[in-house]
Amino acid sequence: MIEIENVQKSYNELKVLDDVSLTVQTGEVVSIIGGSGSGKSTLLMCINGLEAIQGGKITVDGVEVHAKGTNINKLRTNIGIVFQQWNAFPHLTVLENVTLAPRKVLGKSKAEAEAIGRKQLEHVGLGDKLNVYPGKLSGGQQQRMAIARALAMSPKYMLFDEVTSALDPQLVGEVLDTMRLLAKEGMTMILVTHEMAFAREVSDRVAFFKAGKMHEIGTPDQIFGNPQRPETAQFLASVL
Amino acid sequence: MFNYTFHWRPAFQALPHMLSGAVVTLQIAILSMIIGVAIGVLLALMSGSGNKIFRGIASTWIEIARNTPALFQIYMAYFGLGQFGIHLDSFVALLAGIAFNNAGYLAETFRGGLRVVPATQVRAARSLGLGSVSAFRLIVLPQMFRAVFYPMTNQMVWAILMTSLGVVVGLNTDLTGVTQELNVKTFRTFEYFALAAVLYYLIAKAVTLGARAFAYRLFRY
Repeated sequence: MIEIENVQKSYNELKVLDDVSLTVQTGEVVSIIGGSGSGKSTLLMCINGLEAIQGGKITVDGVEVHAKGTNINKLRTNIGIVFQQWNAFPHLTVLENVTLAPRKVLGKSKAEAEAIGRKQLEHVGLGDKLNVYPGKLSGGQQQRMAIARALAMSPKYMLFDEVTSALDPQLVGEVLDTMRLLAKEGMTMILVTHEMAFAREVSDRVAFFKAGKMHEIGTPDQIFGNPQRPETAQFLASVL
Repeated sequence: MFNYTFHWRPAFQALPHMLSGAVVTLQIAILSMIIGVAIGVLLALMSGSGNKIFRGIASTWIEIARNTPALFQIYMAYFGLGQFGIHLDSFVALLAGIAFNNAGYLAETFRGGLRVVPATQVRAARSLGLGSVSAFRLIVLPQMFRAVFYPMTNQMVWAILMTSLGVVVGLNTDLTGVTQELNVKTFRTFEYFALAAVLYYLIAKAVTLGARAFAYRLFRY
């Protein structure tokens, strides 16, 4: 369970997250929608401790992310994250990209890690690209590799930060298919997305963010069909 | 108009002697690169640090090394330090001068290399649970090394050629020094220096080609 309680985050004067609270249950898929600069991506970075917070707290399975004594590297093995810019490691092959962390962080043997890596890469449809360098892959393939890389750590939670925003339109579908598969398998996911139809389809709940505040949260039918807040209605009218 | 008769025989007979000079040349070049890389990394880190004094030292070093003749830098190590009672022998003075020059150029190379790897690479590595040292070692360093590899090779060639300046501080064991001594004894200037030039060319080419083959194996992405 991920518990976000009254989180405050700012860059100097600029408030990026303003009193955000959200609890994500195990097995749940929560989508966060909203315009750029609404703080949605920042929230994901705060959940795995890549960004500091100035107030409130975030706990993952009872461990407070930003507390002093927390072993952040250990915590991160439980939380996979996939970025908008897929951030493939260009000097490593696809298989090496995926096996690096299982070997160096979880201490698995090369053979063990490669078995995991192969399985995950097949899972995302890259079973035939194991020994290719990421530079030879399309954006969609690199993004699926990044998903496999995160999954190879067997995380309990997956965070997706606008993972299709930097892709050519014809490559979006393959990445969404991979995420759809994960959602079906019961993975706990928080996804920041601009793909409204997809959010509506896979989410258990959808949250709307604007200017660092969570304005509304509810089932997809509630948010998309009958938004309660004028900000939400206005945003949806502008994107749908 | 052309009444010079070539005498190649004595030059070829001196070849073993010249080759032993080439070994000394290589020694100085390699040592100057090792010292230059170590100091260059340090200078690159210093020039990127928040400390004003560190930045000052680094930029002074880099400015002087890159904007004054290498010959003067070697003179300073030999005669300049001599004025302050520090007497280096020819070999050490030449080594110090070239290492000083190398460090200045390489510092700029490394500074650029550090900028080649985007911060998002570190972020991605950290998000997988890698610590900051592991992320630097496994993700940043290999990518940076590739970026600085060819500039480093160029500097190595440059260092080999710079060793010929040793003759001005009395070095007589390196390739130029040996050649100069043979020249003084025989006045067969053209033959000896042409042969030395060929040797310099072959060494420099070997370094470049060797580095390229090494890079081909190393950087397959």
